[in-house]
Amino acid sequence: MNKIRVIARIDVKNEHVIKGIHLEGLRKVGNPNELAKKYYEDGIDEIVFMDAVAAYYDRNSLSAIIQKACEDVFIPITVGGGIRKIEDIQTTLNAGADKVAINTQAINSPNFITEASKIFGSQCIVSSIVAKKISDNKWEAYTDNGREPTGKDVVEWAKEVEKLGAGEIMLTSIDKEGTKKGFDIELNKAVSEAVSIPIISSGGMKNSDDAIELLSNTNIDAIATASTLHYKLESISDIKQKLTQNDIKVRV
Amino acid sequence: MKIVIIDYDVGNVRSMINAFKKVGVNPILSNNEEEILSADGIVLPGVGAFAHGMENLKKYNLVEIIKKYTDTNKPFMGICLGMQMLLDESEEFVNTKGLGLISGKVIKLPTQNKIYEKLPHVSWNEIKEKKTKWNNTILNNVEQQSDVYFVHSFITNLDNEDEVLSTTVYSDYEFCSSIKKDNIYGCQFHPEKSGEIGLKIIENFINICKENIK
Repeated sequence: MNKIRVIARIDVKNEHVIKGIHLEGLRKVGNPNELAKKYYEDGIDEIVFMDAVAAYYDRNSLSAIIQKACEDVFIPITVGGGIRKIEDIQTTLNAGADKVAINTQAINSPNFITEASKIFGSQCIVSSIVAKKISDNKWEAYTDNGREPTGKDVVEWAKEVEKLGAGEIMLTSIDKEGTKKGFDIELNKAVSEAVSIPIISSGGMKNSDDAIELLSNTNIDAIATASTLHYKLESISDIKQKLTQNDIKVRV
Repeated sequence: MKIVIIDYDVGNVRSMINAFKKVGVNPILSNNEEEILSADGIVLPGVGAFAHGMENLKKYNLVEIIKKYTDTNKPFMGICLGMQMLLDESEEFVNTKGLGLISGKVIKLPTQNKIYEKLPHVSWNEIKEKKTKWNNTILNNVEQQSDVYFVHSFITNLDNEDEVLSTTVYSDYEFCSSIKKDNIYGCQFHPEKSGEIGLKIIENFINICKENIK
């Protein structure tokens, strides 16, 4: 078994960290650079910054935040939100990001994933899939930070992005996001059985019990959480200790 | 102390610069021959495809410059793709010739565990000492089985196992995760993204450069 990555997800609106429920009703919860530095010092494995409004307003305002974060944080940083063009990826990487997460543009133009992975390498391209349950074992992919339905089946779309050249998938459940009611196990199971690239699961984690339930039942490679950390529901070291006690390998 | 990070438009150099700054050295980003040849230490970063990396090295005439530099036996460190390009050739997409400074070939990571064989290998993973001891190398005082950060699908398959500085196991396959040949070093993992242990490795490299000036 591979080591599971515990990732801090930091959703950003303008210069603030925000958190909502089902990606809606956003509230300010802190400063992105302060939180990134704190989570790094506390032993987080990776940080994902998501520009919550970029896709909607067609802009990307994260560069300054990333540049600053990279002076203090020496772990992988993924950035998503508003990535539309090859130049956007270059700008984001130049600011210090290691990977970019792409959703809306990939749905609009799937070939963008292929083009981007050819230029930057697939390890750099994370396909962000935002899923909403529509019936038993069926989920629909959404874009624009969970605002727009696409008609695409999530499992089929996951298989497609793997073929297109994505190096990882970040899978967010809108139904669970911000609820602190645990991950959507069925969704994670369905997607992880369909593809053979690493999957970061996001949406619903309250504490390590949720992570243990997910990781014991699926082939997921990384867990991302915002609420657990922002609201100090459990410390990073406690999460990792609990995972280790349950035979789930992590970086210590 | 003059450290030059080679600038050839491949990957994230800002993190590398920041990591050096963090341990007290302000590196220069350059592809200029004079700058490179007058450096006390060179870092060749890089992510992405092997052929694209080599193409860009050629575009800036860096293949010959790097060889001229390493001929002087001054310290050199290749990171990730920058390590892979030290070898003779790679089978990624199309067979492509590398710098040929380390004898061996870059091959796709031969996963062995049918239950877990995902690629790319994106993970924190442990490094272990082999025949070559870590004392006075970039892994000086780094603990056995320390976790460092990997992102790659290809690995270096060295002809001479004495040049293997550490190995790592992924999907039940043990591969070379760092290289040492005289003063040429390579890391398959990203020290600039490996937290405090990574910073320690960068500091060790700087110390090797300092020793070399004496």
